[in-house]
Amino acid sequence: MIGLQHFLFVGAIVFALGLYTVVTRRNALGILLGTELVLNAAALNMVAFGHFGNKTVEGSIYALFIIVLAAAEAAVALAIGLMIFRNFNTIDANNVDDMRG
Amino acid sequence: MTIAACALIAFSKNLVYSAFSLLGAFAGVAGMMILLGADFLGVIQILVYVGGILVLYLFAVLMTAGISDVKLSNPISSVKIAVPALVVLLILLGKLIYTTKWFVAEETPIASTTSAIGESLLTEYLLPFELISILLLAALVGAVAAARREVK
Repeated sequence: MIGLQHFLFVGAIVFALGLYTVVTRRNALGILLGTELVLNAAALNMVAFGHFGNKTVEGSIYALFIIVLAAAEAAVALAIGLMIFRNFNTIDANNVDDMRG
Repeated sequence: MTIAACALIAFSKNLVYSAFSLLGAFAGVAGMMILLGADFLGVIQILVYVGGILVLYLFAVLMTAGISDVKLSNPISSVKIAVPALVVLLILLGKLIYTTKWFVAEETPIASTTSAIGESLLTEYLLPFELISILLLAALVGAVAAARREVK
C-alpha cells in the first residue's frame, strides 16, 4: 500500500534535487531547470495532500495554479535569458554583473 | 524513475542531457498524479510541461549554449557546500515527514475529477481563475516584448 508519506518523500527528494540544481549551476538556464523541479515537487505535494486529506479537488486546483504560474514564469524567464545571451554573449549567471555598484 | 531523472538533471555535466531528462521527471510526476486519482491534472501536466515548457527549454538551451562546449556552458560551482546542505535538508525533511502524524481520510473509490475541477474553478475559485488569465496574458506579452529584436 502506497501511503501519503511515500509521495511526500518523493516530493522532498525532487525538491532537494531542484534546490541543489539551483545552487550549483552557474548556467542561468540550469537554474531555471532547478526551479521547475521545485515547482513540480510542490504541485505533487499539493495533489498528495488533496488525495489523502479531505476528499475535495482543492489540492488539484492549487496544483493547477502552480502549473500555470510555472508556465508563465518559464516563458518570461526564457525570454529574459535569450536577451541576456544576446547582449552579454554569455549565459553564465556570474558574469552578468553590469548592475554591480 | 522520477528520482533518477531528477538526479540526472541535478548532476549531469551537460545541460542538454539535463533538459532531456526533464522529460522523465515531468512524466514521472504526471504518472504519480494519475496514481493519486487526479486524472485531469496528470493530463494537464503532460500537455503543459512536456508539450510546452520542455520544448521551450530545449529551444533556449540549444540556442544559447552549443552542445559541444560542455565545460564552458555549464561549470559547476560550490559543490562542496551544496552536497552537505542537500544531505542535511533531505534528512530534515525525511524526519519531518516520518514523525508527523498525518490526518488521512478513509479510502474512497477514485472518480473522475474533471467536472468537479471545472465547477469549482468557475464558482469558488473564480477570482484566482480570472487573475491567472490576466497574468498569462501579461506574461505572453512580456515574453514577446523581451525576446524580440528592436525594430529600427
